Amino acid sequence: MRNPLSDKAVQLQPSGIRKFFDIVNEMDDVVSLGVGEPDFDTPWAIRDEGIYTLEQGRTFYTSNSGLKPLREEICRYLYRRFSLTYDPLTQVFLTVGGSEGIDTAFRAMLNPGDEVIIPEPCYVSYAPCVRLADGVVRPIRLQEKDQFRLTPEELLDAITDKTKMLVLPFPNNPTGAVMEKEDLEKIAKVCVEKDIFVLSDEIYAELTYTGDRHYSIAGMPGMKERTILINGFSKAYAMTGWRLGYACGPSGIIRQMIKIHQYTIMCAPTNSQYAAVVALRDCDEEVAKMREAYNQRRRFLMNAFKEMNLPCFEPEGAFYVFPCIKEFGMSSDEFATRLLREQHVAVVPGNAFGESGEGYIRISYAYSIRNLKTALSRIDKFITGLRAEKE
Amino acid sequence: MREQILQLIEKDSRISMKELAVMLGTSEEIIANEIASMENEGVICGYHTLIDWEKTNVEKVTALIEVRVTPQREQGFDRIAERIYNYPEVQSVYLISGGYDLLVILEGKTLREVSLFVSNKLSTLDNVISTATHFILRKYKDDGTIFQKPEKDERILMTP
Repeated sequence: MRNPLSDKAVQLQPSGIRKFFDIVNEMDDVVSLGVGEPDFDTPWAIRDEGIYTLEQGRTFYTSNSGLKPLREEICRYLYRRFSLTYDPLTQVFLTVGGSEGIDTAFRAMLNPGDEVIIPEPCYVSYAPCVRLADGVVRPIRLQEKDQFRLTPEELLDAITDKTKMLVLPFPNNPTGAVMEKEDLEKIAKVCVEKDIFVLSDEIYAELTYTGDRHYSIAGMPGMKERTILINGFSKAYAMTGWRLGYACGPSGIIRQMIKIHQYTIMCAPTNSQYAAVVALRDCDEEVAKMREAYNQRRRFLMNAFKEMNLPCFEPEGAFYVFPCIKEFGMSSDEFATRLLREQHVAVVPGNAFGESGEGYIRISYAYSIRNLKTALSRIDKFITGLRAEKE
Repeated sequence: MREQILQLIEKDSRISMKELAVMLGTSEEIIANEIASMENEGVICGYHTLIDWEKTNVEKVTALIEVRVTPQREQGFDRIAERIYNYPEVQSVYLISGGYDLLVILEGKTLREVSLFVSNKLSTLDNVISTATHFILRKYKDDGTIFQKPEKDERILMTP
């Protein structure tokens, strides 16, 4: 028989999380701090709307780009929250989670050999999606000393004459880093000068905890026409399983993305789209409540690490902390495996998010304080043991 | 700050001063002072425990009683409310707008005990015009807490 597989698919790296997932699954009594989704239920008003529209029998395809009222609501929301202006008819479409928008953007914008700069550590799907679109990945290793922010110097260093796009994943999973307005201005300047497009993944935009609200690079001078903004309902509204996101950008790019979307997906889930209208219209307060709860947990964790003497950069967004475990002289993978085997706490090794995540672990605080307390006391026991071993 | 403290201790009154300070990004001293002043001002009136008595062997009956009364000169409803709420078996008394005046929540051991209270004590008060007693059959949710809901994390244990 001939080889049934595509080389491209076979060459994709399997996710670094998979291995842990398999171990975790065969253990009981595991306290997991390993999830990348909110612990809150979707606010009831949203679920109620979903139920209602099912009862009404609104179960058909929507237009390829999604329900018009929802696109209008998204544009109003982006203006209200981030002062961004988009045309609901030509510059926005609904996707199956933020993930589809990421994939589609690369497929619509890359020619074979085009380079895409990806700051790491970051969410795991950018690099594989670039490769599937025949692009070439250029990682930038972000540094803890820069608070895991992207600097214009690093960007300039990575740019070649083949560079076409930059991925901007802030607020960041797994580090919790954010880019402030001044940081973005500098990056925007480089992008305009070097004629580079930006895929700005702002799925955690609602979850920032210090200083100003989130800023989008799409709002910087000269950037709207070269930015694809990815956002969605999963994180802010605790709607991961509803699979609904959206992409905004210049109509010329969005038109091509919708063409791909039309042939591969048809449209985002209808039920989720109706429910999302309520999310944007009526749930600001619910989002604020969840944000406050995350912030309390974030402070709680930071304080606990301080007491354990575990160095941890202070995250300002998303719902992850990214403590440094270099003092123990073992790899992230080894640390996470032993923590799981010995204390039954599941965390994600930092290198799952790119090589520069080596020496770190990702801890999610999408858990109740009670849960976090149990996990922290086990982590404390674990590192106390490691330190004693060393002496 | 006060509102945030109240929101946290309303859900968990056993949370420590230290935890409050950490979670709200302030010092223990400030938290302790705020709580002390709120206790003095009567903003914080107690630290109770929410119990699902149905899951115990203790027999308990709860009734909601609608009471229509004649307000008294100069004292309005306050005097009659006081005469009712001073009974220890009365859990809550609310002044209500609409079809009746006072909503009384009463706890007793048996139906008979509650009935006796209504007929002997409540109905016989001078200003009470009428009462309507509703017995609670089941508490699904009380003080913002759902009683029957099992706490199970449905999420996949590890996701990127």
